[in-house]
Amino acid sequence: MIDDESSRVGVSVDRATPQPELGEGSDASNDRSSGAIKGVLLALKTGPLFILALMMLFLWAATEGHVFMTFGNIGNVLEQSSGVCVIALGQLLVILTRGIDLSIGSNVSLCCVMVTVVYRDTNSAWLAIGITLLTGLSVGLVNGLLLVWGRLPHPFIATLATLSICAGLALYIAGGSTVLGSPEIVHKLGGGRITEIPGADPIGWFPYATLVVIVFTVICAVILHKLVWGRWIYAVGGSPEAAVRTGVPMNATLISVYAMSGLSGAIGGMLFVGTANAGSPFTGAGMELSAIAAVIIGGGSFLGGRGGVLNALTGALILGVMHNGLNLLGLDPNFQYIAVGLVVIVAVELDVLRAFVENRFRSMHARLA
Amino acid sequence: MTDAVHAVVPSEVEPVLSVRGATKTFGAVVALDDVDLEVRSGEVLALLGDNGAGKSTLIKCVSGVHKLDRGEIRIDGSPVHITSAADARSNGIETVYQDLALFDNLNPTANFFAGREVAGPSWLPRGLQWMKQKEMSTRTKDLLDRLQIRLPDFDADVALMSGGQRQAVAVARAVAFSSKLVILDEPTAALGLRESARVLQLVDRLRASGVAVILISHSMDHVMAVADRAMVMRGGRKIGEVPATADNQEQLVSWIVGARGSTTV
Repeated sequence: MIDDESSRVGVSVDRATPQPELGEGSDASNDRSSGAIKGVLLALKTGPLFILALMMLFLWAATEGHVFMTFGNIGNVLEQSSGVCVIALGQLLVILTRGIDLSIGSNVSLCCVMVTVVYRDTNSAWLAIGITLLTGLSVGLVNGLLLVWGRLPHPFIATLATLSICAGLALYIAGGSTVLGSPEIVHKLGGGRITEIPGADPIGWFPYATLVVIVFTVICAVILHKLVWGRWIYAVGGSPEAAVRTGVPMNATLISVYAMSGLSGAIGGMLFVGTANAGSPFTGAGMELSAIAAVIIGGGSFLGGRGGVLNALTGALILGVMHNGLNLLGLDPNFQYIAVGLVVIVAVELDVLRAFVENRFRSMHARLA
Repeated sequence: MTDAVHAVVPSEVEPVLSVRGATKTFGAVVALDDVDLEVRSGEVLALLGDNGAGKSTLIKCVSGVHKLDRGEIRIDGSPVHITSAADARSNGIETVYQDLALFDNLNPTANFFAGREVAGPSWLPRGLQWMKQKEMSTRTKDLLDRLQIRLPDFDADVALMSGGQRQAVAVARAVAFSSKLVILDEPTAALGLRESARVLQLVDRLRASGVAVILISHSMDHVMAVADRAMVMRGGRKIGEVPATADNQEQLVSWIVGARGSTTV
């Protein structure tokens, strides 16, 4: 073999002297401009929350007698957005993996019908709730399995198919019309107000539905930031190739997020049923757009791997406040669809801007290194 | 898992990796023809050759992407069957490809531990285990310190780092888990002059810490700067191998371009 000493001859890096550190020095101007770029990134990150605050401030000022900011109205907004909040959280998990769950709206419809029909026919609240949760979960699992085992090129196809199937099932099971009545616990959690929290309204203003949203939010946050599961979700969304190469169980992760989205459909659906004390096969129609729009408007990235529970909640609340505001201002509530579309475009453009700013930041580092 | 970097550099020991008679064909194309390769711990072997010379195929066979048709791979003297990237990894072979396989949306710690998170309790399914973030972060910091890699912001996403910093993070991740052999595929190809120099220094530190390194590079300067030996491939065959010294540079270049020597194909 080659002699160890002679082989080192001619090596131009001097190994004896201490070498400068990899990375970069603390150049003052560099620190300043990198601080500015970080500020821009932070602004892009917290922007949606800021927009929500501005909208609320505007509505407080613009509504007669500041009616927007009354306990009763805030309670209404919270209750009306609770279902969308939950399915937006489910959608967030899917979008974090670069996926999309188009079936969520029909899944909500199916679950709405399921809980009311099973309750009507068996009169058992727990059976109705159990079967509904199982239904939502199963729809999600089918989506995930179709994507992974069916080797479909994009979740768009799989979930588009289940969208149609769920919508049909919901109509069939409900017999095409609304089913009245729901389990008491569902009615209370979806439509009840907590009387213990002080407010102007003597019958209580703070909706139980918001408690459900909070619990589901905490569960999602723990999954995303505390459990290995969440790390895998971000990894798969950040770089599917790297995930495969580093041994992240990609298929299991993908199936799990669609399952969670399906479960969120069941929970969200039951909240809607609770509010109305009835289940309609049309409740979830078009709601997939609200869920997806909420995540995007809230600042989650459609490119995957970026965003958290706050983004989904902020987005869902922006949608809720917008709807409520248009009503209070006496404008045609259908304007909200146009507004949502415009806001989605702005949000996606801001995401593109973020990628651009990050790129600039990177090349700046390279220059100054 | 405890000691990330080997401390001792034995002078004359079994090669960490020894490949004998590696042969690989893709249909009618002979990508590798009876190639031998050896590398010891604390040694940097440069793998040279033009595009299509067979370097990448050889590396991919060692790192578990391809399977050899014929030939033997030994790790620390004992024959191993490497059929997947996970196999290679569990045998202490880590490869840093040109695309780095980093997660842009995660910080260095999360990148280091992706797919092998420190978490518990162990009786729970892996996905439901609670991550020990502090421990992972401390271990990452320790390793970066040991390799003298200083990042402007330890907790920033990798997306916000320069090419050289990203390369450094990827290389550090490769040696983070007691690996014996690190294969670097063109680590300086996308980098500027100063960042390249820093990555080469990092390669030097890997050697000093007792890791065996295989360095694929097109830059003769970089090979001369850090490699102990240089091996040239052409047309899927090993053309020659010499110490990476200035005296041998001309020889190496002629081997690469096939201008001189009896072994040309």
